[in-house]
Amino acid sequence: MLRYVLTRLGLAVPTLLAISFLVFFAAYLSPADPVDIILGQRAAPEAKARVRHEWGLDRPPLERYGKYVVAVVTKGDFGRSYQTKEPVTDFIARGFPNTAILAVSALGLALLTGIPLGVIAAVKHNSWIDRFAMAFALLGVATPSFVLAPVLTLILAVRMGWLPVGGFSLQEGLVDPATFILPTVVLAARSSALIARLTRSAMLDVLSQDFIRTARAKGVRPIGVLFKHALRNALSPILTVAGTTFGYLLSGSFVVETFFTIPGIGNQSITAITARDYPVIQGLALLLAGIFVGVNLLVDILQGFVDPRARVSDQKAI
Amino acid sequence: MTPRETWQRIAANKIALASIIFLVLLILAAVFVPMVLPFGYEQQLPDSRLLAPGAKHILGTDDLGRDILTRVLVGARISLMVAVSVECVVVLLGVTVGLIAGYRGGWIDSLLMRITDVLLAFPDVLLAILLLGTLGATSSRPETSAILVVVSLGVTGWPPLARLVRGQVVSLRQREFVDAARSIGSGHGRILLHHILPNLVSPVIVAVTVDAAGVILAEATLSYLGIGVQRPMPSWGRMINDALDFYKSEPRLVIIPATMLSLTVIALNFLGDGLRDALDPRKTRR
Repeated sequence: MLRYVLTRLGLAVPTLLAISFLVFFAAYLSPADPVDIILGQRAAPEAKARVRHEWGLDRPPLERYGKYVVAVVTKGDFGRSYQTKEPVTDFIARGFPNTAILAVSALGLALLTGIPLGVIAAVKHNSWIDRFAMAFALLGVATPSFVLAPVLTLILAVRMGWLPVGGFSLQEGLVDPATFILPTVVLAARSSALIARLTRSAMLDVLSQDFIRTARAKGVRPIGVLFKHALRNALSPILTVAGTTFGYLLSGSFVVETFFTIPGIGNQSITAITARDYPVIQGLALLLAGIFVGVNLLVDILQGFVDPRARVSDQKAI
Repeated sequence: MTPRETWQRIAANKIALASIIFLVLLILAAVFVPMVLPFGYEQQLPDSRLLAPGAKHILGTDDLGRDILTRVLVGARISLMVAVSVECVVVLLGVTVGLIAGYRGGWIDSLLMRITDVLLAFPDVLLAILLLGTLGATSSRPETSAILVVVSLGVTGWPPLARLVRGQVVSLRQREFVDAARSIGSGHGRILLHHILPNLVSPVIVAVTVDAAGVILAEATLSYLGIGVQRPMPSWGRMINDALDFYKSEPRLVIIPATMLSLTVIALNFLGDGLRDALDPRKTRR
């Protein structure tokens, strides 16, 4: 098991390096001059030259990239924002809690709705519940969050007045819990649909296998067959999709945060991208990459517990 | 299976057939109807703002007095062209990487699959957002921004296809007909081109069809966020974003492009499922 975890950890390092390299050199390739962003385009040439030197922007790109990686690894220093000149870490630390609470509650909602819906659809295969679940799944996949957000806001907030229109910000002291509901539902919808679809097909696969018939034949109660025998075996693919779903939730939070004006990292990214604030973009990219790698690692490790076969086949592959 | 048999199988599947009809109509409408309509997609008519649907403007006008039908159909052109171009990049990169990795095996295979894994660990839309942000789509001309969207979705979108192709090639490589070809002295190029590649066509077509739906959604998301296709090009995502100031009183400004987007995505998904059933009769879909 330890070896399994260590090989997974070993894979995480090149992933993060590759992402940082990609984003760093995409910034280098772009035609904009960072000094113009720091000082504004009309600054005097001497001031520009001084700032270029102070920020180390006159060094060759590979050297800058090397220094950046060393500073990140040894000091946790992600550089300073071109716009506000504050450290990138301070900037991100303000937005991250908003995104984290949104993504985690959406994942919880997606799992709590998607798994039961998928299980019921599989047990009642070809019934109206199954058709309803699949129609829901298709709509969920085909309706982007930037459509769902205005539609639900219009119906539930503007017309019915049941929910507040805007989003939330953890920085503003006490937060009205009602402001969480719409953003969470909108963000969770697609994932819930994906999880329901996958749970259904995983359960259908398991339910048609011989050991289920054996369990039924030896008199295990239907509910026991369902949870102990079937769901436990379907858990492995569900777990995998829950991991990838988390990635979608974070990218989905870009849309949800801009729509509901929630000051999370999605909103910060868009602001940084529009302002070409490269150090902030790089910091956010690394943070997001780190989260994905962490979540995938967690899923792989859980996979090893849920399904012992994962550990064995993995060692064989390496 | 001959193309004729494949077509008969698809035609027998009502949902897949309906999807094909919808997509063909959409393509025809996107290409020809804007030519016939008397409005340009950026043409603003100051005295006919926010008109309800009527005889002159079939779907009404937006807040700047632009004809919505014209814009939604030009938006279809953009969505479809982006989808086709991205899939070309994806097929080129994905099939090449998958073929080389699967056929050569060894350290090349390990290296290419590690790179694929790294990219797969990162959701492609997010990577595209970051790439577009750094490449500077927001300050580009509309045409350049569309090309940048294609590039960023293309270079981030190929890993799943490479995985699929590699898996297929690894199993095809060991089949008897490849051994037979080798035994009569066929070189690697001939084996790849004449024996392996033709067997990849069906799975690649299915994968590309379903993936195109994802690309259309991704393009709409990028344009909605303002970092994709730039104004005044009427991408569906951009239209939805532009409508947000008015949707409370004029929901149709959101509903019309959103419906087009969802219908196209659903049709491509159904078509992909139908193609899978038609091209691979052994696999039955539940």
